[in-house]
This record gives sequence, C-alpha cells and structure tokens, in this order.
Amino acid sequence: MDISWYLVLSALLFAIGAGGVLIRRSPLVILLCLELMLNAGNLALVAFARQHGDQDGQVFALIVMVVAACEVVVGLGLIVAMFRRRLPLNVDEMRDLRG
Amino acid sequence: MSATTYAWLVLAFPLAGCLVNALGWRSLPPRAAGWIGTGAIALAFVNSIAALVAMLDKPASGRELTSSLWTYASAEGLDIKVGILVDPLSVFMILVVTGVSMLIHLYSISYLESDRGYSRYFSYLNFFVFSMLLLVLAGNFVLLIVGWAFVGFASYALISYWYRRNTATTAGMKAFVINVIGDIGLVLAAFFIFRELGTFDYLAIFSSAPQQFTTNEGVVVAICLLMLVGAFAKSAQLPLHTWLPDAMEGPTPVSALIHAATMVTAGVYLIARMHPLFLQAPTAADISAFLGLATLIFAATVALAVTDLKRIIAYSTISQIGYMVMGVSIGGYVAGLFHLMSHAFFKALLFMAAGSVIAAMGGTQNIDRMGGFRRALPFTSALLIVGALALAAFPGTSGFFSKDEILAFAYERGGFYVILAIGGYVGAFLTAIYAFRIVFRVVYREPCPEARELERGHLAHAEPQNPLTGEKEDTDVGFPGPEHQIAERARPMAVAMAVLGVAAIFGGYIQVPGVDHVLDTFLEPTFEDSPLFRDIHVPTGTAWAGLAIGGVLSLLGIAVAYYVYVVAPQIPERLRTRAHTVYTFLVNKWYFDELYDTVVYRPVIAAGRFANTVLERVVVQGIVTAAVDAVRGVSVIVRGAQSGFVRAYALLLVGGFAALGLYFLIVSS
Repeated sequence: MDISWYLVLSALLFAIGAGGVLIRRSPLVILLCLELMLNAGNLALVAFARQHGDQDGQVFALIVMVVAACEVVVGLGLIVAMFRRRLPLNVDEMRDLRG
Repeated sequence: MSATTYAWLVLAFPLAGCLVNALGWRSLPPRAAGWIGTGAIALAFVNSIAALVAMLDKPASGRELTSSLWTYASAEGLDIKVGILVDPLSVFMILVVTGVSMLIHLYSISYLESDRGYSRYFSYLNFFVFSMLLLVLAGNFVLLIVGWAFVGFASYALISYWYRRNTATTAGMKAFVINVIGDIGLVLAAFFIFRELGTFDYLAIFSSAPQQFTTNEGVVVAICLLMLVGAFAKSAQLPLHTWLPDAMEGPTPVSALIHAATMVTAGVYLIARMHPLFLQAPTAADISAFLGLATLIFAATVALAVTDLKRIIAYSTISQIGYMVMGVSIGGYVAGLFHLMSHAFFKALLFMAAGSVIAAMGGTQNIDRMGGFRRALPFTSALLIVGALALAAFPGTSGFFSKDEILAFAYERGGFYVILAIGGYVGAFLTAIYAFRIVFRVVYREPCPEARELERGHLAHAEPQNPLTGEKEDTDVGFPGPEHQIAERARPMAVAMAVLGVAAIFGGYIQVPGVDHVLDTFLEPTFEDSPLFRDIHVPTGTAWAGLAIGGVLSLLGIAVAYYVYVVAPQIPERLRTRAHTVYTFLVNKWYFDELYDTVVYRPVIAAGRFANTVLERVVVQGIVTAAVDAVRGVSVIVRGAQSGFVRAYALLLVGGFAALGLYFLIVSS
C-alpha cells in the first residue's frame, strides 16, 4: 500500500503546527499548534503501522494521545493561572527567565 | 552472688540515681532528689561491702575476677567487651569512693537545700560517682578511657554548676581542657599498648608485658610517660595542676567530692593499676616520683601564702596527692593507697567544715576576714581541728600512719630515693604549718563580726555575691541559693562530718607498723607480681623511727603555726613586707597561670587572630572571590543566548532539528 499521501499530509500538518508555534504569541494558540504537531506525528505513525501490517505504531499513537492529554491539562492549567493573575496573555511579555 | 555481680550493682545504682533525678525532676516531690541520690550511693556502698565479703570468702589466689556484660566492639584481631576487673585493688577503690561519696551526698542534702538546681545537682553528683566507679572497675583500656572521660565531663558540669557565674564557667572550661590533654595522653598510651601487645585487656597486658618488653625499652617508657600525662592531668600534679584551685568555683561539697573521692585519686589509681608496665619502665616511674615530690613541696609553699580558705585546702590536696603519686611510683603501692584512703577521709572532712564556716561567713572565703569561730561554731570548729590534725599527721591520726608509711618505704628503698623521704618530711613540716594556719585563723583570734552575730544566734546573711570578684548576684537558677547552712543547725551535715571525723582519726589503725597490716594482706593478690612489693619490707624499727620523725615535725609545725598566728600575729604581716618578692611569688602560685598564659594561651590567640586576618580574610576569601569572578566573567558571554523569548527557543529547536535532518539527508544520498 502506498502511504506517501498520508506522509505528505502529516508533514504539512506538522509544518503548520511548527509555524504556528513560532509565529503566534497567544499561549492558547501555541498550545493548539503543539497539539497539531503531535497529531501530525500520530498520523505518520498510524500510516506506517498500516504499511507494516502490525499494531505497534497504533499502540504508540495511543500513548502519544495520552501524553498529549496530560500536556493539555498542564498547559491549560498554566494559562488559567496566568489569566487569574491578570498576567498578559502574550508569551513575548513573559520573559522573566532572561539571562 | 559472686563479687562481680555485686560490682555490677555498684555501677548500676549511681547510674539509676542519676537517670531518675535527671528524667523525673518534674514529677518527683521537690526535695526528693537529695534522698534519691544519697540512697543510690548508699546502696552502692552496701554492695561494695558485699563484694568485699564475697571476695574475702575466696582463697587469696582466686581474688582476681573478671566479668563482662556484652561485646562492645568486635573486629578482626580486636575484641572489646564491656568487662570489669574485680580484684582487691578495685574493691578497695570502690569502698573508698562509695563510702566517702555517700557522706558527701548526705552533706549536700542540707548544704544545697535552698538552691534552685537541686535535682540537677544530685543528678550530676550521681553521674560523677558512677563515672569514677566505672573508671576503677574497668577491666580493659577502652572502658577505662570511657570512665576517664566521663569523670572529666562530670567535673566540668559540677565546677560550672552555678552556670551564670562567669568565673565558674571559665573554671569549668579550664578543668575540661586540661583533662582533655590528659585524655589524649591516656588514649595514645592505649594505642601504643595495642600496637605492641594486640589487646586492650588488663590481665592479658599484665601477663604478656614482662615477656614483651625489655626493661626501659623506648616504647614502654613512652607508654608509661603518656599514661603519666593522663594521670597527672586528673590528679592535678605539676605541670598540669592549674585547674584544681580554680575548681573551687563549684559548690563546696563538689570540691570535697573532687578532692576526696572521685577525681584526683584517679591518677594514683592508674599508676598503681599499671604497676606491671611501670616495673618495665623504671625511668618513667622515677620521673613520676620526682614530679610528685616537686608537686608536694610546690603546693605546700603556695598553701602557706594564699588567703582563700578553699584554695588553701585545694593546694593541700595537690600536695597530698604528690605524696600518693610518689608512693605508688616507687613501689610503695599499699602505702600510697593507704594515704589515698586516709586523705579521702580528712580532706572530705576539711571541705565540709570549710563549707560550714563559709556559710557562717555568708559566703566569704577569705581567711583574713575570719576568726574566733570556736564559740559560735563549736561542732564545726572541733571537726575542722580533727581534719587539720589528720592533715598535719598529728601522732595517732590516720594521716600520721599513712604519710609516714610512704616516706619510710622511700627511705628503705635506698639510693636516691632517700631524697624523696627527706623532701617528704620537709613537705610534712610545711603541711603542719598551713593546716594549723587555717585552724588558728578560723577558730582562734578575736571573733569576727559574723562570729559575734552567730554567738547571739544570728546567721550572717550577706547579699549574694561572687566570692572572687565581689559582683552582686541573683539567687535564681544558675546561682547559689539564698540560704546558708551550717553544720550546727543541719543534721545531715553534722552526721556526715561526725562519721568522717571518726574515720579521720581512727582510719589509720588498720595498718600500724609492727601491729597490723590489714591493707598489705588484702591488696597482696594485686601487687604480688611486683618485686618491689615482695622484696622491700620496711622493718618495724625503721618504720617507728620514721613515725617518730614525722610526729616531731608535725608537732613542730603546729608549734610554729601557733607562734606565728596566735602568739605573735604581727609576724606574718612583717614577713609579708620584709620578704615581699617571695610572698608575691607564692601568692601568685609560682606564676604558673601566667606562664601558661604567655606560653600557650597568648600565642594560640595570636595565631588565631593571624589566621583570621591573613589566612581567612586574604587567602581563603581571595580564592573564593577569584573563582566567583571567573565564573561570572565566562557566563556574561553565554548569557546573551537566554533571551527569555519562548518563541526564540522554539525556533532554535525547530531550526536545529531541521538542520540536522537536512544534514542526514545530504549525507545518506
């Protein structure tokens, strides 16, 4: 089976996600873009699993989803905390860790 | 029960008393601590007697018993047990220690009645006795060192008992530091013994020492000299004596305990106990004997000049311990231990009487201010005279027989040991003078205001103050209590003093030349391996001749004291001005404190100051600052990368991965 179209789609999704992370300033959108990158990876994994005809890749994709869910919890928690403290929702203004 | 079981009980009761008083002081009735402490020591005394009885049941050859509870440390080639050695010497020591300590505890019940730290006091006191008993019962060097160090700590705690007095805490520290110097000597000696003989156990050391060492071999002399450092620090002999006069800062019963029963005798005991080693190192034994002689004359001369009542008695202790050290060093073990016993009786008595007098003076200790207490304090005066008679070796008292036995033995040993006998008699003459200087100053002369008041039934009540500096003090915890106790009004004190008075007079009759020799026979199993003990016997004629000389010197000394202090009281004043240099020299205790101050204390402080200003400030801090600056300088360069922009980091990450991917793609194609 030919999976090249799936890989192209995956690569496009990943590039869109990465671009979003690099360009956008809102932490919420950055989080969304991160999810997009993770799902691009998932798509590639599932496609390869299909090519090889076994379940390893699918299992791996499930684990990635779990990790993604955890990450969303932490990330959204941070964003809510920032909102509550009335901090600017702009990652460029949050640079206290500057050396 | 066997003698060893009793010996374990002797150890157990004081420890139990200490723990009960230390842990239960909140829940116990207010003045129970004194009776608990005294009871614990009394039980230990009873068990000591039981151990003596059990030991006397055995034949003379079977009186060296050992017993161990558990293994303290075990390793390859090393097996240390918590073991005791019960032989005539240790039984003799526990009898003296527990007997005299019991009376001192009894005395303390009244003497410290109004003190706020009553329970703490008795807890310390019991611990002190326990430490000393551990020291004399130990069956190996490890346990000996444990007891040795405990005694040092207990003396520190009790000397600084009134811990809010600056003079007391400094005196405690001084005692502790000098004792630690001694501990180092003892520990090093133990290490040497272990290296040479491979064991810490007394009996194994004593049996193998004669084969292992040749006479006067370097290492055995070193061992003995190191042990002497320990013994001299504990027994306050030259040149490590400076702590003992300062130890007078503790309560008077503590002075009695340190001087009579529990501490200064440890050095004498150690030399007697280690006699198999000292026999292999006659040089060390001779050094010890002559230092003892030097100490006894030095301390006697100082006792003639100082005016503080307790310090006079303290110097007299140093002097008397000099006799004992001399005795046990030249092989007159029994004579030395005999003097240890009689000294314990009369010295405890003297301190108790002095305590009563000081209380009547409202805390003043200067004998120049005292006088005429014979009507105001009849009982105390009588017992003070009894103690002074025994100290002066008045014919018939205990000190008379024990002191002369040492000197007769030195004479009989011949050679240059005769010098020891002659020096000892000079010391005895001086002893009689200073002993009766106390008596004539305190008991006779015109009554001082305090004595007059007391005759009318008013006990002097001075504002609490430090007897050394005259500073005003509180009567809160950490200071002496508000009330003073005199033996005439406090029954426990009177009982303790009466018992000791009887012992001080009649204690000498257990060993009268040509009549009986109880101690000789009893201690024979311990010392029979020593040729000095076996072969040198003082003929009865010589012994009585020595006693006659001693008696005459004692009477002469008392007569001189009577003439100088009663008949012609202007003489001391005139001497003081005429021989001003000698007087200042003596009053300043031969400038030993000043010597140590210049030779040790000041250089150490100067070195410390140098280390602080140069080493610490310049060298150490310089290195640290340089290292910090170097790190900071390098980090300035790297710091620019940490912009704080999350997106910049992400770009670096993505760009980096992309670059890596490109590189691998190019390489693989």
